Amino acid sequence: MPMNPTPKRRLTIVLLILAAAAIAAVLVVVALQNNMNYLLTPSQVQSGEAGSYNTFRLGGMVKAGSIQRSNDSLKVTFTVVDAGGAMPVEYTGILPDLFRDNQSVIATGHMDNAHFIATEVLAKHDETYMPKELKDAMAKAHANKKIEDAAAAQDKMP
Amino acid sequence: MSNWIPLWLHKLGSPPTFYRFAGALQPWAMTLALLLGAIALYGGLVLAPADYQQGDAYRIIFIHVPSAEMSMFIYAAMGVAAFIALVWRIKLAEVVAMESAPIGAAFTFITLVTGSLWGKPMWGTWWTWDARLTSELVLLFLYLGVIGLYHAFEDRRQGARAAAFLAIIGIINVPIVHFSVNWWNTLHQGSTINVFGQSKMSWDMLWPLLTMMLATKFYYAASLFRRARTDLLAMEGGKDWVRKIAADEAKP
Repeated sequence: MPMNPTPKRRLTIVLLILAAAAIAAVLVVVALQNNMNYLLTPSQVQSGEAGSYNTFRLGGMVKAGSIQRSNDSLKVTFTVVDAGGAMPVEYTGILPDLFRDNQSVIATGHMDNAHFIATEVLAKHDETYMPKELKDAMAKAHANKKIEDAAAAQDKMP
Repeated sequence: MSNWIPLWLHKLGSPPTFYRFAGALQPWAMTLALLLGAIALYGGLVLAPADYQQGDAYRIIFIHVPSAEMSMFIYAAMGVAAFIALVWRIKLAEVVAMESAPIGAAFTFITLVTGSLWGKPMWGTWWTWDARLTSELVLLFLYLGVIGLYHAFEDRRQGARAAAFLAIIGIINVPIVHFSVNWWNTLHQGSTINVFGQSKMSWDMLWPLLTMMLATKFYYAASLFRRARTDLLAMEGGKDWVRKIAADEAKP
């Protein structure tokens, strides 16, 4: 159906401006893509991607059992791992509540002889929320399944 | 005017009709908002269990997430109204767009403050320049820009048109806020609530959150209706329908 000429002209102008702004935004976002990544993972660091940065953020999981606290200071050492790499980290200071084994963390700092010296350590949590009982029940079910799988695998053995 | 807009929409777009319509709905919307909000707060703060990872500290989610969702929802609503205002010069659309901005700005501010309060104990920092936090801050500046530009003109309708342009261009930031956690590595978590799929939250925590999201929608409607009514009276000051309301109110 026909529209009056004036609103039609305005519609065209507004849509053109919107399209131009959208294209500009996409270009900016794509151009910034490399700089907008908040962190590098241990395997990225080991493959040399951190070479151009003096300081950067290292992200990954705290390796279970790797946390070692100093007796006479706030110094902590731990290992941050991802799927394909591991990086020893040194930090002196207060850690967030969520810092523990197998927690995602993001450390800011610099490299020093294959060690990462952190000036800040942040804990990252995922998007899952559930009561503790449910988590425990799920962990238990998971463990049981592992045992069953192992038992089943053993049964199959000759 | 184009004849493909349905007649009822046309009628609703006329200031006196909308004034009566909004006046009739406003108390209901406010009542529902308060009722649902109270249920959601009781459900979230008392009935919902503590989280396995964050303990009781996660309960700020019942304020933070509904506010964050409203900050984007209201911007989208403002963008649509601004678009209609620019193309068809409908006075009511200008009023809806301009009166949405302060409500949206308030929700954005609450989002940033509660997020900051939550971030300190959990992440270990009040603020960080990751993509989600930064784009939400940009959203606040866009709202403030729209409000500021609107009031910078002597003539209200001219101001509304200028601000509507900013509102429309700024709408590009809304998908950036929403998808920032998927497009980039961020400290902020990904989406817990999925519209098309399983939400990553157990039901006894999820229902208060969804209830609060519904409550904030009704609050927005109630607040917008009230603001728009006041604005319409001021804009249409000399017209007959306003005179009539004033005369009726003045009667003892």
